Amino acid sequence: MPKLSIDGREVEVPAGTNLIEAARLLDLEIPHFCYHPGLSVAGNCRMCLVEVEKAPKLQIACNTAVAEGMVVRTDSDKVKKARAGVMEFLLLNHPIDCPICDCAGECYLQDYYMEHDLKASRLEEGKNKKEKAQPIGPHVMLDKERCVLCSRCVRFTDEVSKTHELGIFGRGSTEEIALAPGKTLDNPYSGCVVDLCPVGALTDRDFRFKSRPWFLKETATICGGCAMGCSVVLDTNTNPYNKVGQDRAYRLFPRENREVNGWWMCDEGRYSHHSVDRGRSQGPRLRGKGVPADFALARLAAEAAPLVKAHPGRAAFLLSPRLTNESLFAFRRLAESLGVAQVEFGDDLKAEGRADGFLIQADRNPNSRGARELGLGPRPGVLGGRDLLKAAQGGAFDVVFVLEHALDPAALKALAAATKVLAGFHVQEPVEAGIYTVHLPLAHAFEQDGTFTNVQGRVQRNRKALEPLGDSLPAYAWAQRLGAALGVPQAPDGPEALFRAWTQGRPELAGAVFEPLAAAAPAAA
Amino acid sequence: MEPTPKYLTRNFGNPAALTYDGYVAGGGYAALKKALGMAPQAVIDLVKAGNLRGRGGAGFPAGVKWGFLAKGDGPKYLCVNADEGEPGTVKDGPLMEQDPHQMLEGIAIACYALGIHQSYIYIRGEFHKAIRIVEAAVEEAYAKGVFGPSMSGSGFALDVAVHPGAGAYICGEETGLLSSLEGKKGMPKLKPPFPAVKGLYDRPTIVNNVETLACVPHILNLGAEAWNALGTEKNGGTKLYNVCGHVLRPGYHELRHDVTLRQLIYDVCGGMKPGRTLKAVVPGGSSSPILLPSEIDVRMDFDSLAKAGSMLGSAAVIVMDDRTSIVRALDNLLHFYSHESCGQCTPCREGTHWLYEISQRIVDGRGRPGDLDRMLDICTNMVGNTICVLADAAALPTQSYIQKFRGEFEDYIRAGERRGLLGGIEGKAVAHA
Repeated sequence: MPKLSIDGREVEVPAGTNLIEAARLLDLEIPHFCYHPGLSVAGNCRMCLVEVEKAPKLQIACNTAVAEGMVVRTDSDKVKKARAGVMEFLLLNHPIDCPICDCAGECYLQDYYMEHDLKASRLEEGKNKKEKAQPIGPHVMLDKERCVLCSRCVRFTDEVSKTHELGIFGRGSTEEIALAPGKTLDNPYSGCVVDLCPVGALTDRDFRFKSRPWFLKETATICGGCAMGCSVVLDTNTNPYNKVGQDRAYRLFPRENREVNGWWMCDEGRYSHHSVDRGRSQGPRLRGKGVPADFALARLAAEAAPLVKAHPGRAAFLLSPRLTNESLFAFRRLAESLGVAQVEFGDDLKAEGRADGFLIQADRNPNSRGARELGLGPRPGVLGGRDLLKAAQGGAFDVVFVLEHALDPAALKALAAATKVLAGFHVQEPVEAGIYTVHLPLAHAFEQDGTFTNVQGRVQRNRKALEPLGDSLPAYAWAQRLGAALGVPQAPDGPEALFRAWTQGRPELAGAVFEPLAAAAPAAA
Repeated sequence: MEPTPKYLTRNFGNPAALTYDGYVAGGGYAALKKALGMAPQAVIDLVKAGNLRGRGGAGFPAGVKWGFLAKGDGPKYLCVNADEGEPGTVKDGPLMEQDPHQMLEGIAIACYALGIHQSYIYIRGEFHKAIRIVEAAVEEAYAKGVFGPSMSGSGFALDVAVHPGAGAYICGEETGLLSSLEGKKGMPKLKPPFPAVKGLYDRPTIVNNVETLACVPHILNLGAEAWNALGTEKNGGTKLYNVCGHVLRPGYHELRHDVTLRQLIYDVCGGMKPGRTLKAVVPGGSSSPILLPSEIDVRMDFDSLAKAGSMLGSAAVIVMDDRTSIVRALDNLLHFYSHESCGQCTPCREGTHWLYEISQRIVDGRGRPGDLDRMLDICTNMVGNTICVLADAAALPTQSYIQKFRGEFEDYIRAGERRGLLGGIEGKAVAHA
């Protein structure tokens, strides 16, 4: 591995690494706009100019590969002058409309101006006028005046989404980013160009004007939109105008994870954070009537306990691939304590979509693989989801627990008619919630800690970013309280203890620790 | 001054040479025959020994460039840069219009030496006549068996295609040319990788200027020693100089490299127009720094001009007399570069435009005392900081115009201020509509 020195500090990096990445290993930021590790090198912003010994001119760090014995300076007067020069050029025709720009606070131009330029504009002539606030797709707004023409978005549509909607048109200082004729930026990953844009040229139509970024709290978590489990950041904020009075989700964007999603995520996942406020089930119901949780639990225990104890074979749990490993484990343990064998996660009932061969998986549930690995999949002596429903509708079960399955009203009615106790647990309020004997609200994935196992077999940490809405609780907590009400032995309390319990005896997960799991998830596959 | 023997221009004025037969009658395609009897490497070595400096402007030794071509299987390309667009330059156009087969012979020899089987001639879109003539010559060369599956019966296959550009100056930059040829927007590519390693369609590619290739047959015919004797040290052969501006006889002339700028202006071109005196001269196309009358005793080769703080470039000499406004000459130049900047790199995109805006303000009589230092500082921030040299081509002349004629610029600005006080009536004069 070549050894080189940057600003007098030695670093050893693999051959082929560029100087921006090499400097990162020394915690040194070489400023840049156009360079992005997930895209080809364009080398056009000229912000990353550095001095390389023996080179006659300044070199761009993004396109300079490390070499043995290379001596690099990023802090010389020549470099500082060049950086200040590039910043002045970039800001020359920039509208400086930060007060009304959504990007303010997370804008490279702002940061680098403070760090590398910090002087008044010397422009006495007029600025170039270009189009502002142009919707270029369902999710993205373009402001051509703010654009620094780094071409990241163009390269994204050429190289990653491969949909070629964007291009750079014209030349010289009238050059601008625009849609190719007849195209709209509507590819399934279009939101990524907003993350890529280093300035406020591309903004998110969903997030625009909703919040200043400095009021947002970041939580590193996992997208639950499909089996891929892309690493994401969820931004939350207390919106003074919402009626809930607690933190709400504002936006979701990808978090770098080269093992799973790279730097990207799909639009379907990106805007799925709205589900945390959409049609939520917030209060326990007893035959449709809102009741306190303890009352609902006590009634459920009173009605179900004698039936289950008398005939454990006539009780069934229909779990879901939307639940965390910890919740699945807690319900499995509850069923075991009650002597109930019929525990399955309804693999054949789950939502399916179309896979695109890139990130989007056909299985739109975050934890099918986790459920299977916990032994909850179809197996001999246990009915699969559809067979279970059929048998239950035929009167084979007295007590049925349904977690996170949107059953159609007709099937639900038949099920309710054929069973004595039908308990439901859902995040979104079912249309016919009144049909359930007892219905209990589940916390959203963003409202609980836990783990999901993605399609590759990676156990990934899901982090709580928000307090559960209303009386909703994570499924493992309901399992805990239900167990207590039924008077049976308890599974360990809390997600971390549950995690330790279910990973025990799984050699591929030996040494996995719950807390830092978000940062580096061990691959179980 | 002794007359220079004619090589590049020997067929100029002879319409018969436009045809294959006419060209052969004048000794044409003999060099190709000779080359085909040599080992390819021997041809490269000969061109290297002939000190043929690239005639596109940079003056990089052509033989050395050929030596950089990546070895290995798969397609390789020779692209002929016929996108002559440097203001002041008139040499590749005449070479193609008057003697197209000379260039084609050079292409054939180069391709044989380099093991290249496909060549593209990228001609500037506005050169309608040259395009027509070269296309006809290529067609005839195919018919006569020079090009095609077996080059002059040697069994070496060579295809040559003519590709007209769309008239962007930047497509004359070698990698901008490649982008354009690939059907993309004419934007220079990032180097490294260099074209000789990864060029057209990501394959090893050599880009040579028309005049460079036109010299190749003569090196084969004369041998390296005789060819070198025509030039100066490390500048082999004769050179096509083109002179425009306020001289008595503007035009292009094939001369030895050891001619001085003074000889070129006063002997070859008959001196200044009657009653005029020399004020300044641009020696190598609009991108080269300007020279004062006291600086014209310089030999017109690549190294001597570089030492004099300018460059030979395309050897396009622009002569300015005492009636020329340097302020307006620079304004004209900056208009050109801000219009032709591809817009890819920040310093060039914004810098050329800003320089032109300031220049416009000065020309309009609204200049300010700090403008000149500001322009010089903008130039410093542009030079050497971009992918291609268009930023340098705008900034280096700007620096030289302002440094060498600072008094004139300051007078212009002061006069503008006075006119402004008078109500700005005269000051409204606009150089460019």
